[in-house]
Amino acid sequence: MMPELGKYAEAVLSSYAVSIVLLVALVAMSVMRARRVRAELDEVEKRIRRNG
Amino acid sequence: MASIWQYANPKKFIQTTDRVLPWISGMAVVCLAVGLIWGFFFTPEDFRQGSTVKIIYLHVPSALMAINAWLMMLVASLIWIVRRHHVSALAARAAAPIGAVMTVIALATGAIWGQPMWGTWWAWDPRLTSFLILFLFYLGYMALWAAIENDDTAADLTSVLCLVGSVFALLSRYAVNFWNQGLHQGASLSLDKEKNVADVFYHPLLVSIAGFVLLFIALVFLRTQTEIRARRMRALLARERLQ
Amino acid sequence: MKALLIRDLRLGTRAGGGFGLGLAFFLIVVVLVPFGVGPETGRLAAIAPGILWLGALLACLLSLDRIFALDWEDGSLDLLVTSPLPMEAAVSIKALAHWLTTGLPLVLAAPVLGVLLSLPFEGYAPLILSLLLGTPALSVVGTFGAALTVGLKRGGLLMSLLVLPLYVPTLIFGAEAARRGAEGMDNGTPLLMLAGITCGTIALLPFASAAVLRVNLR
Repeated sequence: MMPELGKYAEAVLSSYAVSIVLLVALVAMSVMRARRVRAELDEVEKRIRRNG
Repeated sequence: MASIWQYANPKKFIQTTDRVLPWISGMAVVCLAVGLIWGFFFTPEDFRQGSTVKIIYLHVPSALMAINAWLMMLVASLIWIVRRHHVSALAARAAAPIGAVMTVIALATGAIWGQPMWGTWWAWDPRLTSFLILFLFYLGYMALWAAIENDDTAADLTSVLCLVGSVFALLSRYAVNFWNQGLHQGASLSLDKEKNVADVFYHPLLVSIAGFVLLFIALVFLRTQTEIRARRMRALLARERLQ
Repeated sequence: MKALLIRDLRLGTRAGGGFGLGLAFFLIVVVLVPFGVGPETGRLAAIAPGILWLGALLACLLSLDRIFALDWEDGSLDLLVTSPLPMEAAVSIKALAHWLTTGLPLVLAAPVLGVLLSLPFEGYAPLILSLLLGTPALSVVGTFGAALTVGLKRGGLLMSLLVLPLYVPTLIFGAEAARRGAEGMDNGTPLLMLAGITCGTIALLPFASAAVLRVNLR
């Protein structure tokens, strides 16, 4: 399954690892912040509606 | 008649992007997976560069998006200055961290690629140097957004910074070219077919680029939604405090 | 306009205005360099033009926040907005005053400090010429940075982050012109590019600075 990478295996694998980690971190942070802000906004709106 | 400006309404923007977001992110994941797996597992080695050629599927798309993200911010800033649509300013704000991460990926993969090929992690080559400078511009832009409390003031100031920064980034590009001759090869992609990289590498590269573009769009939509909500929340809280 | 210039110059040269601080900073940077890289004459001579340019740039950066800070604190900046003088002109005057109190002394001090770094004799004229052509751009760009961060507490660090990338082209061409001159090569091209950048920034950036200042004083 694994392709033969020869003597450059380290370089190829590490650049894939670095990029994928960075992309996943970016996506995870964006999604988490989106969820948090959405929940907080809902709460604030609910509270304001209740208080008139 | 529907015009593009109706998406300047934050509510409309959130509704529409909510509807398309799953599709775009799904397509982004598919394209990225296909492009990267195709590139990683099913392409031959280059006769000179060996297996390191596989890094191209990350390096070129991320470098492209690093520049395109700045261009998108420039356009969004111009729209904010001219038409004062908040969504536009917030989209520019949302795009900056993505562009910064893309720049880091391009620099990191470039360094890892450069080590076996040029025998050095880093050289003060024009392309490398201008990417480093671009990264500094991203940092400054994000820091300015973060530093200013008033949303409209921040949008105004960062837009002007983006405009001025674009001019200086371009100037730096030429200055750096003048200052040092490079190791970096010329453009990997051009419309001139002759100069392109070979087809076996070209097709998975295109898929991977499409994946990066889609990922960028999906992230910009998501982060812009977040910024809109955060802005609305700040406004609500401010009103509450006044009462 | 003249009144504003004279007032700014007087403020800048008064004790506490920071005049001389930039020069002292420049001197200290240059004195520290041999401690860092070793005292060999050849090595120092090779890096002298670059170090002098870098030192001048940092000294300039250090004094930027006082372009608007004092006026912001005592409210005279708000007066400036309501005055009949166009904002663009006021900003240009501010930049000119900054150059006269910071840039010009740095240019004049550079040859003296060049002796400390054993700059070769042929290097002095190109060094002074490149600094003379380049430092106005540093002041004008710096005024833009100072205008961006004028109302912010602890804006100094942020301003450095914003301004330094904008200094890149000026530094590249300026240091290149000085270096080529010191090595006896033709430095016409970088000098022309440097002059072009300076003219361009002087012509265009005051509009951006004025716009930004208006936003900040809204």
